[in-house]
Amino acid sequence: MQLIACPWCGPREETEFSYGGQAHVPYPEHPASLTDEQWAHFVFFRDNPKGPFAERWAHASGCRRWFTAVRDTRTHKFLEEVPR
Amino acid sequence: MADGIPGLTLVHPLEGRRDALAAASVGTLLSLDLEAPVAAVDLRVDPDGSGPAAVGAAVGAALPARPDTWTALPSGLALRLGPDEWLLTSTTADPQDWEFHVDETASAHGGMAVDVSAQRTSVRVRGTAARDLLAFGCSLDLRPAAFPRGRCAQTLLGQAAVVLVAYDVDDLALIVRSSFAGYVADWLVDAAAEFQP
Repeated sequence: MQLIACPWCGPREETEFSYGGQAHVPYPEHPASLTDEQWAHFVFFRDNPKGPFAERWAHASGCRRWFTAVRDTRTHKFLEEVPR
Repeated sequence: MADGIPGLTLVHPLEGRRDALAAASVGTLLSLDLEAPVAAVDLRVDPDGSGPAAVGAAVGAALPARPDTWTALPSGLALRLGPDEWLLTSTTADPQDWEFHVDETASAHGGMAVDVSAQRTSVRVRGTAARDLLAFGCSLDLRPAAFPRGRCAQTLLGQAAVVLVAYDVDDLALIVRSSFAGYVADWLVDAAAEFQP
């Protein structure tokens, strides 16, 4: 099992973390003005790159804080972990 | 800690497993004991503001500044659970008084404290095999050099979330949610079978 470096707790086992999907998905500025299709894109559509991917992770069994990590989707290697 | 509501007796959540834990203990190698319930509050306050210092002054000792560490209070512990979260325990205060005492100071600095006395319970794990026992179900590096006195950590033991507290090389405590305590006690008894003569 690989270790993920929580910005607060340090390296911990992967099972302590939970995944939160793609990072940096902005909430629409005017949600009410969106068409159903635009809203569906905001809610359901995410990037699926082959390579580095910025994601949200929560240290669910530790400090319970969310952070953003960059993970290489080809190797599952974590390249960077940043608080918030 | 006071007896609480008149007419009701405070019972340890693991009272039914007290004998099993005692039976799993092995002389100086391993001893598993229930710790008496304590008053506990969960403190949330901005770590960069004046709150932590003010609360520290109110409870009689500085709060731990570094991640995953604890400091001793005059009658209890202050454990740092997160960037802006501390667990403060007291063996002598009444839970309501302890919450009021800490919250009075914390709220003046934009923070808050909530009574969580009934949320967790504690098992003391002592003996030369204590760290080996916990290492069976915990992925942390528990060697004394990496997890010395003064460290604490929220992590998983088996499938349960626990707070590990290092008092000494062969003296640790497990703070666990009351609802998971039975599982953890059973896990400890099962793992301790390894050390039976």
